[in-house]
Amino acid sequence: MDLILLAFTDYTLRTVIMGTALLGIVSGALGSFAVLRKQSLLGDAISHAALPGICLAFLVFMTKSPFLLFLGAVGAGWLGTIMMMLVTKHTRLKQDAILGIVLSVFFGFGLVLLTWIQRMPNASQSGLNTFLFGNASTLLVEDVTMMAVLGVIVLVILIAMWKEFKILSFDPDFAHVSGFRVTALDVTLTTLIVVAIVLGLQTVGVVLMSAMVIAPAAAARQWTDRLGLMVVVAAIIGAFSGVIGALISSSVPKLPTGPTIVLVVSAFVMGSLLFAPNRGLLWAAYHQYQNRKHLRAQTVLANLFSLAQNHDDPHYPHDIAALRAIGHAAFSQAMRQLESESMVLHHGEDLWGLTDKGIEKAQSVAKDIDS
Amino acid sequence: MIMPQLEIMLIGSVVAVACVLPGVFLVLRGVALMSDAISHSILLGIILSFLVVRTLDSPLLIIGASLAGVLTVSLTEMLIRTKRIKKDAAIGLVFPVFFSIGVILICLKASNVHIDTDAVLLGELAFAPFHRMIMFGIDVGPHALWVMGVILVLNVALLIGFYKELKLSTFDSGLAASLGFSPVLVHYGLMTVTSVTAVGAFDAVGSILVVALMITPPATAFLLTERLPRMIGLSVLFGVLSAVAGYGFAHALDASIAGSMATMTGLFFTLALLFSPSQGLVTKFLTWKEQQVQFSAQMLAVQLLSHEGTDIESSENTIDNMVDHMGWRERDARRITRYAVQQGYIQREEKLLSLTPFGRELARKISIS
Repeated sequence: MDLILLAFTDYTLRTVIMGTALLGIVSGALGSFAVLRKQSLLGDAISHAALPGICLAFLVFMTKSPFLLFLGAVGAGWLGTIMMMLVTKHTRLKQDAILGIVLSVFFGFGLVLLTWIQRMPNASQSGLNTFLFGNASTLLVEDVTMMAVLGVIVLVILIAMWKEFKILSFDPDFAHVSGFRVTALDVTLTTLIVVAIVLGLQTVGVVLMSAMVIAPAAAARQWTDRLGLMVVVAAIIGAFSGVIGALISSSVPKLPTGPTIVLVVSAFVMGSLLFAPNRGLLWAAYHQYQNRKHLRAQTVLANLFSLAQNHDDPHYPHDIAALRAIGHAAFSQAMRQLESESMVLHHGEDLWGLTDKGIEKAQSVAKDIDS
Repeated sequence: MIMPQLEIMLIGSVVAVACVLPGVFLVLRGVALMSDAISHSILLGIILSFLVVRTLDSPLLIIGASLAGVLTVSLTEMLIRTKRIKKDAAIGLVFPVFFSIGVILICLKASNVHIDTDAVLLGELAFAPFHRMIMFGIDVGPHALWVMGVILVLNVALLIGFYKELKLSTFDSGLAASLGFSPVLVHYGLMTVTSVTAVGAFDAVGSILVVALMITPPATAFLLTERLPRMIGLSVLFGVLSAVAGYGFAHALDASIAGSMATMTGLFFTLALLFSPSQGLVTKFLTWKEQQVQFSAQMLAVQLLSHEGTDIESSENTIDNMVDHMGWRERDARRITRYAVQQGYIQREEKLLSLTPFGRELARKISIS
């Protein structure tokens, strides 16, 4: 409770929370598209590819103005993405190999530039650690303002081009024959994703940015089959993870913000995978259990019926051993269930016979099996 | 100062060769990014093993870290098997969790010890020669060289020992399975080798260069050949070249060695991408252009044939007319004509174009078919 109060009163914490929440919203919303288009790992590649762009921007403008560095990062990330698209289209290399190449080579080149800059006289040494691991606590109000402005622009474009992006994500071939300029749309959407990723770099860092792109979307996907809802849910999960992660890390000394946010958002994924209705694993397991129980009872019923047909009396009780001989396993449970539905009658000891209702049901089951 | 430089190049080359051997199969099997996931996850393995043994020099660290790598792979595959999350998303979900836990543990439990998280990622090859291996009181060389040397020998031995199995399961996993080679076993074997190699290499070159060396030289080789032994040979060559050239580049700029080596792998890749005889973009573009001109020249021959011997031959069969009738630009028309003359389809007198016997035959064949 104190923590929440602190979140509203403490200036630094408030800035950090606003930054992480913004990051969560933007990366959650755009990440949904990346995940649906099987470009999840784009986030990983782009965030690494941004490093040489940041260094070049610094070398060209000789300033650490966040906006210029941001432009450099977006430029390099964008270039990396376009190269990936081109190479995928024109060679037989698989996409994951190309992602890996862009990721490691761009980053390696960035590292060369960075170490070179650091050895130049009167260059301020900093930035790499922040870039690698993020440092939410160094977020300034200017940073958050820039994130907010750019985030809003990205989201507005996303909403304005909603229909186009939707059709591009689900059926690009149809989009193409319907007269949409697929390549241009693809580049636009990818550019938005690049911007979203670069916005998050300062907060969670290169390595963990991929999780911020994928995790909210992967969690949201479990709850709904509708794109609109998925994007909203992903943005909400992203924002909550950002805020909760920032709060936790501010209350435990030495706990880094980025990794904490990633663990929180991963917990959301885990929870969604297990508990989401319909798609959730627990839900599926329950359904499977119900189906199995139902099938088992039906099998016993059908077996009992076929045994009874050897007698004049269809209600003729049979020993459970006879049933075991033709079916298998867990009879007592199935028998009890059938008895509770008054399909069978317990004739004492191990003897069971069908009731009228049971005969009727067994006939319909037998008919189903025959057809 | 010659010795450390040679040693760095030697370590770089040994790391490169050790990395490309599993890398070839990662690229061919479409699981290249597992190397990225593994090379990040090993951080958690290292820090957990460190918390148990309390020293950074224990072989237990290599075992623990490799286990973390393999665990990442199996968790990722478990997620994919639930069918709730696609392959690429699953890869990108698991390793950040491992990495996050690793970073948190370092911050909370081991901040007083020298485990730099950025050293794990970036490596510092320049310091590798200073960490010596002392055996019976004798300096036998850099520690990293010994570790990577052992791993290289292991990788070569495994490659030779299981070459047939690897090849078969990579190119036809169905056949491999029906012949009794377990694809799962081969897959996990490869992943274990990848993990061990990544762990050994991270210390010297950092995980990003591990990714660069595992994926880029094999991908470069893949653009140049279609045969597995040649692909392995070329990968080794590009790996070693990148290591040596990368060191030179880094030395000239006084910049990160690992970064320079990664940059060099990228440079070789770009060259192959552009100029590969079979796959290169420039090669393909030139072939396409050549085919375009060839096709146009054949059309030119057909056009000449249709007017041959008619009254209007002298006015129709000129370059200017081709510009008008075929819709060619003047520059293109001249190039096409030049090509047709070169190929012996036509001859040219002043402005008039006429077919050679060879060109006439060709034009007839084309217009019939």
